[in-house]
Amino acid sequence: MSSRDEILGRVRHNQPPPRSLPAVPGFDAAAGSEVERFKAALSRMGGKIAAAPPQGDLGLFVRALFPEAKVICSATPEVAGSRSLDAVRSPAELSDVDVGVVRAVYGVAETGSVWLTESEFKVNSLGFLAQHLVVLLDPARIVGNLHHAYRERAQFDARYGVFMTGPSATADIEGVLIHGAQGIRTLTVILRARD
Amino acid sequence: MKRIDHAEASSKFIKAKDHLEFHDQRLWDLRQKRDRESEQIPEWEQLRVLASAIKEHTLTHLADYLEEFERNATANGARVHWARDAAEHNQIVLDIMRARGARILVKAKSMLTDECEMRPFLENRGIEVMETDLGERIQQLDNEPPSHIVVPAVHKLRGDVARVFARTIGTDPKNSDVHYLAESQRQHTRPYFLKADAGMTGANFAVAETGTVVVCTNEGNADLSVNLPPLYIASIGIEKIVPKIEHLGVFVRMLSRSALGSPITQLTSHFRAPRDGCEMHVVLVDNGRSERLGMPDFWYSLKCIRCGACMNTCPVYRRSGGLSYGATYSGPIGVIIDPTFNLRRYSSLPFASTLNGSCTSVCPVKINIHEQIYKWRQVIAERGALPFVKREAMQVAGKVLSNPKLYRAAVETAGAGIEHLPRFMMYNRLNAWGRQREVPAAAPQTFRQWYLKNRSKP
Repeated sequence: MSSRDEILGRVRHNQPPPRSLPAVPGFDAAAGSEVERFKAALSRMGGKIAAAPPQGDLGLFVRALFPEAKVICSATPEVAGSRSLDAVRSPAELSDVDVGVVRAVYGVAETGSVWLTESEFKVNSLGFLAQHLVVLLDPARIVGNLHHAYRERAQFDARYGVFMTGPSATADIEGVLIHGAQGIRTLTVILRARD
Repeated sequence: MKRIDHAEASSKFIKAKDHLEFHDQRLWDLRQKRDRESEQIPEWEQLRVLASAIKEHTLTHLADYLEEFERNATANGARVHWARDAAEHNQIVLDIMRARGARILVKAKSMLTDECEMRPFLENRGIEVMETDLGERIQQLDNEPPSHIVVPAVHKLRGDVARVFARTIGTDPKNSDVHYLAESQRQHTRPYFLKADAGMTGANFAVAETGTVVVCTNEGNADLSVNLPPLYIASIGIEKIVPKIEHLGVFVRMLSRSALGSPITQLTSHFRAPRDGCEMHVVLVDNGRSERLGMPDFWYSLKCIRCGACMNTCPVYRRSGGLSYGATYSGPIGVIIDPTFNLRRYSSLPFASTLNGSCTSVCPVKINIHEQIYKWRQVIAERGALPFVKREAMQVAGKVLSNPKLYRAAVETAGAGIEHLPRFMMYNRLNAWGRQREVPAAAPQTFRQWYLKNRSKP
């Protein structure tokens, strides 16, 4: 008998009597504006908010945030980077990127998370090899909590999708919190609707 | 295999006073952060009930959900493998790597691969395995298993890490600054992400509806491990299945709040299908789980989402350290899982508990941990797996406690004994309660004496 059939057979034989599946409510009662809750949660998780002017060139704004940056790679047409992602053949090529720029699909007020998939990154490694990440987010696209975030069902047909919440972090040595563990060192959200 | 003596093993840990105090404090701090976070969610208790019910539903329909997961993962372009036990799991991973000439594996933290002792298996067969989680990497370099399922090196102080790194990756032995140590590991690990042939993760959840593997991490290492190499392998225990995407909301809201007291992990990653031109493999591992599912008292432990809250709150775990359990899973959850792997080897572990029930009350999926600990003690006593001193003591206690007259006589004598017995008779090998602590002073009269005098009607 194959391992598969053996395991499934034993599981089926040993399963306790069936129990029913409960419905999951949305729990939407949290008070306060979703934008403000998003900002507060993001800052708790070590992320930053950069207040960009409502109009004007975002590319210049991003450059001013990171004056030292040599390589800026943008996955959104709203910001012109210094290197195009179209020519990238291997994800490791992004190892020298100082700043990556992406537009998130939506945000989550409860946790300060942004949702990104392979469509937003173009090359997934951009979100992890870059030293810093700038995320554009439409303030009208912030959902209240994770239950609502997971109800955006079509998003989960992406091959890869991630809720990013602030920069990469570790507290594995004596509980000392360090931002910039293996991935991005900073994450900056710019709240602005798509042009 | 030799029987683990938890008390004996923890005595080493207890001797290092600085370590013991820090360990106790650090984990209690995590417990308090967990309290603060959970108290901010008005529906917290409702979420626990939901999480428990979703898990129980899934486990009682597990075969169907496993098949659904396999169907969808396969349709997504992933290859699904099934492993009866640790040996088969390790062989599958080796075969996948060898068939593609892969020699370097970067991996995120996975308790399952620790359970399977995969790393030494692969390393002995020419595969270079790089643990990329900082805590797990420290443990790999120090040739020790993780001592905690969420914070693997929590028993080490910065000086210990500085010594390990100086010896292995060439850091300055005199520099134990935590930022310096973490940055050194980042610089040391990064080239491996770029050149690795394969990446590996465990799974926090596997969604039947979509065939998605969900991984919750903080360091970015899991996403680097999957998004750079052309080959991705996910090792998943069969109990990690959840039915639908919408159920993730319940678990993700509670996982990091329970584990670290943060609202969510920095990264909650959903791997459904391979990138263009790349491969994704999923290894579904049984290794004793299907058998545990058939144990009426113990199958509830399969609900565990590995948050570690029960460990952080446990007074015995905090003061004995994870390594003293001599098993992959330590603390209260380990105490109820480990005996299912090997009853004799782990028969002392269910006694490493005060039965205070704190583990049960913090568990986000409502596992009745302390009740299971008590049940394991009964199983172990019935099978004669108790050590001699404990067996004798329990037999005497059983006789005394079942006979009111004997009990009263014993309590009165014990009170007198504590006051008048010479020390060597109180504090010796036969009295475990006299080790590492002074027995409290006896009350001047027993409760019964007081009651008869003050409350008993004439």
